[in-house]
Amino acid sequence: MSEELRLTVNGQPYQIYVKPKTLLVEVLRKHLGLTGTKRSCDSGSCGACTVVLNGMAVKSCSILALQADGAEVITIEGLANGDKLHPLQRAFLDYGAYQCGFCTAGMLASAKAFLDENPNPTEQQIRECIDGNICRCTGYNSIIRAITAVVNGDYKEEK
Amino acid sequence: MTEYSVIGKQVHKVDGPAKVTGSAKYTFDIELPNMLYGKILRSPYSHARIVNIDTSEAEKLIGVKAIVTGKDTLGIKHGVWRRFPELCDEEILCREKVRYIGDPVAAVAAIDEDTAEEALDLIEVEYELLPAVFNPLEGMKEDAPQLHEGVERNINVTRHIEWGDADEDFEKCDFIREEQFYSSPQAHVCMETHGAVADFGHDGKLTVYTSTQSNYYIQVLVANMLGLREGDVRVIKPPSGGAFGSKFELDSAQFCASLLSQKLRQPVKIILNREEEFTATKRKTPMYYYVKVGAKKDGTLMAKEVRVITEGGAYTAMGATALTLTGFYSSLPYRWHSYRYDGVRVYTNTAPASALRGFGAPQAYFTGESIIDMLAEDMNMDPLELRRQNAVTPNYEVPGQAFIQSCGLSECYDTIEKYIKERGKLPPNHGIGIGNYGFMSGGIFNWFNTPYAFSAAIVKINIDGKVDLFTGACDVGQGSDTALSMICAEELGVHLDDIRIHADDTDLGPPDLGAWGSRQTLMSGNAVKMAAADAKRQLIEFAYAKLSPNVVYDMDIKDHQIYIVDRPERKASYFDIVKEVIRAREGQVIIGRGHYTPHRKGMVSPAWGFGVQAVEVEVDPETGKYKLLEIVTAHDCGQVINPVAVLGQVEGATMMAAGGAFCEDQPADNGRILNPSIADYKIIRSLDMPKTVGIEVDTYEPEGPFGAKEAGEGLTSPTGGAIANAIYNAVGARIKELPITPEKVLKAIKEKEQQQEQKEE
Repeated sequence: MSEELRLTVNGQPYQIYVKPKTLLVEVLRKHLGLTGTKRSCDSGSCGACTVVLNGMAVKSCSILALQADGAEVITIEGLANGDKLHPLQRAFLDYGAYQCGFCTAGMLASAKAFLDENPNPTEQQIRECIDGNICRCTGYNSIIRAITAVVNGDYKEEK
Repeated sequence: MTEYSVIGKQVHKVDGPAKVTGSAKYTFDIELPNMLYGKILRSPYSHARIVNIDTSEAEKLIGVKAIVTGKDTLGIKHGVWRRFPELCDEEILCREKVRYIGDPVAAVAAIDEDTAEEALDLIEVEYELLPAVFNPLEGMKEDAPQLHEGVERNINVTRHIEWGDADEDFEKCDFIREEQFYSSPQAHVCMETHGAVADFGHDGKLTVYTSTQSNYYIQVLVANMLGLREGDVRVIKPPSGGAFGSKFELDSAQFCASLLSQKLRQPVKIILNREEEFTATKRKTPMYYYVKVGAKKDGTLMAKEVRVITEGGAYTAMGATALTLTGFYSSLPYRWHSYRYDGVRVYTNTAPASALRGFGAPQAYFTGESIIDMLAEDMNMDPLELRRQNAVTPNYEVPGQAFIQSCGLSECYDTIEKYIKERGKLPPNHGIGIGNYGFMSGGIFNWFNTPYAFSAAIVKINIDGKVDLFTGACDVGQGSDTALSMICAEELGVHLDDIRIHADDTDLGPPDLGAWGSRQTLMSGNAVKMAAADAKRQLIEFAYAKLSPNVVYDMDIKDHQIYIVDRPERKASYFDIVKEVIRAREGQVIIGRGHYTPHRKGMVSPAWGFGVQAVEVEVDPETGKYKLLEIVTAHDCGQVINPVAVLGQVEGATMMAAGGAFCEDQPADNGRILNPSIADYKIIRSLDMPKTVGIEVDTYEPEGPFGAKEAGEGLTSPTGGAIANAIYNAVGARIKELPITPEKVLKAIKEKEQQQEQKEE
């Protein structure tokens, strides 16, 4: 039996019907075609599927879609405003804070939710913010540098 | 230093915009109309004969479209060491025998993944269990169970490297040290697991979308396994979610999806799950090392003897190459008067061991850099000084093996020495350890037996001045698309955004061996530079005629201007000349061609990257736990093409190597890996990762494009030894087995304390 799910993703309201066991990540990727969000570990331990849900970074493989009923979700596809990239995206480009790019959606989601709550974190806090996100390519420090640059105000939001 | 317009500059990688906005489509994301989903049934036993496979119940399940087993294959055994048919030993759907837990026996295609998964449970496989062997030292015994028919004592490959007379030289030594080491397995843990979408059309042609390090290898191997012509197989590599050495052999997803699609004439997608990724793909080769080194009291390193036994796992894969390379790397970066290496790779009933970033080097340098510190202590010499005194130098020939042209080790030692001095006296229980290395810029060997050049490129200049660059090189995140585009732009005198690279499709680019052995910057880069130079020459010929300078002058292109080098004010627009050349040639586009295969460059690699690394640790002597505090690397990769990408390689490789030393391991029980999940396989995360400093030293490699050489893998080399040395320097605990766990450190501290107490008594 499918049930009704209403949620807003990247500012767009949706009304869809899903099976109760459907995961949020499946709704995003399969129903809505937002494949920017990845899955990698099958065990809720790698952070690749992280999205921003009601302002919090959550692993979209670890919650049921119906638990997100009424929620506002932001995925990597919703960070840019038209052709204006989000400050984190620009910083990631400048600092080479991605290589294969498979963890990037989750990294950006974790960083966005964190900075929205904590605009002036210490480096240690930034490290803690992405400790749930595995990156196998970069060694993390370029990601830390990129987020730090945003914290330092080097990247203003472009209107 | 030459002033370049594009290379060495701060740029965004060409794949960046797609990757930071989520629009990059990976194999994992591909959905085709009418597509089916596949799953693979794997052996639950380490060693067994397949008596019967009954798929009848599974076939009845609604939604199941096809099931294939070994009987549906051509029965071909494949491998990447194609020059040696006996080393092509891997069936992808086993017909008679399974040899490790994870060996594939059947594959299902169904309308969705759940149905395919359910069907796997309904397939009945009757096995007759066989005795198994899990350890190479056991596997080599006369009475050990035999994995492959005709392979006595399970000896898969042996390698020997020798120069000078080591026995004679050891006699002359004042100091000799003999030690044994063990280097553990390590998983690649690509964020994107292995996967493929295969689409076999009614025209008899197959397209495979797959996350691979070598389009070309997969094209050749799939064609061979399915009895097709290479040209009927098109391999497209979408952006790849990491590879690290795990994705250039033919894998079960690629083959099973292709076989099912061939049967059904529908697209089939197979993505391995994380458990399969850990248990049924290749991994870093575990190695047992015996090392003996000898030196004279004046500090001259004389002789080194190395004997290695590697746990090969069930099949050859690229493990034979790792066996060769670890033997060569064990000699570097020192000028040993004599050297002798004997390596044996042994088949075992475990997951096949192959390449993992570094390809035998991390194992060689963990042991080599540990024993050099031990020897230095015996000799009462500063370990950095012992290294510096014996390191290879520019234009050094490794006797009969390799010729080293550029080498920045000397500057690297100075840089690291300065850092250590500035760090000053360390707090208690802190230690700094060092390691150094040399690493190849691509292999010269051709065990794959390709008749093509190792790398090739085509440059096409269009009417608007835009440039299409075609190559078979594979970007797996390391940034080769960007580096090759930068090389092309620099050579042609245009901007980076004038280049569109097509490197992801065997139908478009000329073959290239792909992304392994740190080969693409130098080898593919040389091919690209040659192709761009060929196209440039055509423009300059025309401009020469047009500007008609005195023949003593030559011309070049920079920043869209074609100019007389000694009279730069006399110039023509690149865009105008492109239009005129095309018009003058009856509308033909401008095509440049380039290729590269190393010749007369020894037996291993045409060029060598180098580095020296210092790691600082803090050890808790009560628990044996330690923290990695800072890793400082002085690095020689020749001319830096893309600085941000090089730093990313330095830091990323260091992290992977640190992981192998610090926490990563695959404990197993009778061939069953006990931690096949990211929850249980401990990996370095952001909080474990220390501060890193990467300092590039300036060298120019004559063999490389614009003087460039490798930067991708070398930095997996020094870290393990440097961590071991740092722990020793901190608390006197010498760990000779990876990974260096707190338990091992604590045990070593206790043993040392006991020894001291006994001495005092």
